[in-house]
This record gives sequence, structure tokens and C-alpha cells, in this order.
Amino acid sequence: MAGIAQMKRRTFIATAAALAATVVVRPASAITQSSVLTPLVNQYAAGGAVREGRVKFDVAPLVDNGNSVPLEISVDSPMTQAQHVIGIAIFNEKNPQSDVVQFTLTPLSGRARVATRMRLAVTQQLVAVAKMNDGSCWTHTVDVLVTIASCIEE
Amino acid sequence: MARTLITVPRSAKIGEIIEIKALLQHPMETGYRRSSDGDMLPRDLIRRFTCRFVAATGTASASTRDAGETVFAATFHAAIAANPYLSFNFRATASGTLVFMWEGDKGFAERETANLLVA
Repeated sequence: MAGIAQMKRRTFIATAAALAATVVVRPASAITQSSVLTPLVNQYAAGGAVREGRVKFDVAPLVDNGNSVPLEISVDSPMTQAQHVIGIAIFNEKNPQSDVVQFTLTPLSGRARVATRMRLAVTQQLVAVAKMNDGSCWTHTVDVLVTIASCIEE
Repeated sequence: MARTLITVPRSAKIGEIIEIKALLQHPMETGYRRSSDGDMLPRDLIRRFTCRFVAATGTASASTRDAGETVFAATFHAAIAANPYLSFNFRATASGTLVFMWEGDKGFAERETANLLVA
């Protein structure tokens, strides 16, 4: 009995280590965007060119509790009258609703950086889209692994 | 009245970019959950947050709804966690009042102000 328990534990540790390794070594940029997210991004862009980059979506790759997941979006922009971010949108792949939040920024913001907390139903992909005042849009897509989901508890 | 927690420095130098944090006590009920009796819990969300800046030198009063200029705004959906928290920035150019407004379902409206001294 003890032997079986030990084997289980050993297997568990091996699996956990393998899992952690895959999370750590995941490439920073080379994520294929989910087919759910792409139309949402394009809709938000409203005809503007959509490119990857300039946006940093900062969220833990492994989330213990999906009820409150801290995230921070920062965009590379001087935030002047001539050149600034006018909006940032976040979309998710597998929550009941795809919309998470839309931010409106102005040159008064001074810095294109926003932090908030969101809910994550399951392990899924998230995307942040920043819209510049010239109409161009920049994205950063991230994968998040959720161990305890939101939206299912009573 | 819902409880709010706003963090704004009391004073700033001209041109300094300050960080503003705004937290509101609210369940952000998604409308997808059931109560222990099995009934669907009705959706009750905060939909909109706005932060405006009313310069002290201007003629507008900070108590007027659309006074000043928008600094930052957010449209929330069900995926925002309970007790919505926001952190954003503001470039301080003049003394004045920052006005924070939350609007949501069931006619929810909450308003807070913070004074900022710029020197």
C-alpha cells in the first residue's frame, strides 16, 4: 500500500516537474492566436492594421485561482498629443463572454499602463489589443493555465 | 453606498506621472452562477468607470457631472473580478480635483473625488 502511494507521489512529482518545465520554456512570442480571438481583435481594430508587438500583457502563466487574476498591460507609447494610445481591449477565449474590459486612455494618462483583476473560467488564451491615435493596433497574446476555475463554484 | 478605496498622492511635481489606484466594493455578479437553491443569480455588474480631471484654475465645478477632461475610462464585462480594481496613471500638470465615477446595473452610481496639489 505504502509502495503504491509512493509511486503515485513519484509520478505526480515527475508530471508536475514536466508541466513546470513546459511553462517555463514556452516561447515568449510564438503563440498561434486562437481562431476565437482573431475576429474579436479585427472587430476592435475596425479596419486598422493589426500587428503583434509594442504591447506587453503581464499575467502569471500559471494561475491558482481563476476568481481574481491580476494582470497588467503596458504599451510602448510616448502618450503625447501627437502620439498616444486611445484604447486597450482585452478578450478571452473560453469564458462565457469574450469581452473582458475596454480601457480608454488619453494624453492626460501620461503612461500607457493599466492594471486590473479578471476572472478566468478555464485554461485559455488571452489577448490585449492597443489602439493608437493613428488607427493602428498592436497585440500581445498569452496562454494562461488555470488550476482552480472561476464561474463554477456556487 | 458602496465602499471605495482610492490611492492618489496628495501632491506632485509639474509634469510628474502619478499612479492612481481605485478599488470598489461590489460583487460583480456575472449572471452565470446559481444560488444554493438552484436559482440563477441575476446579473449585477459595474459597467463603466470614468476618471476626470477638473483643474482648480478653471471655472468648472468638480461637482458638475461632465466637468473637466477625461483622464481614463473603462468598460467592464462579467470577466472582471469582484471588487473591481484599477490602476492607471495621470500626468500632473496643474492642481485640481480628480473625479472618479462608477456606474452599473440596478442604477448603481458611485462618485468619489480626490484633490491633487501640483507644485
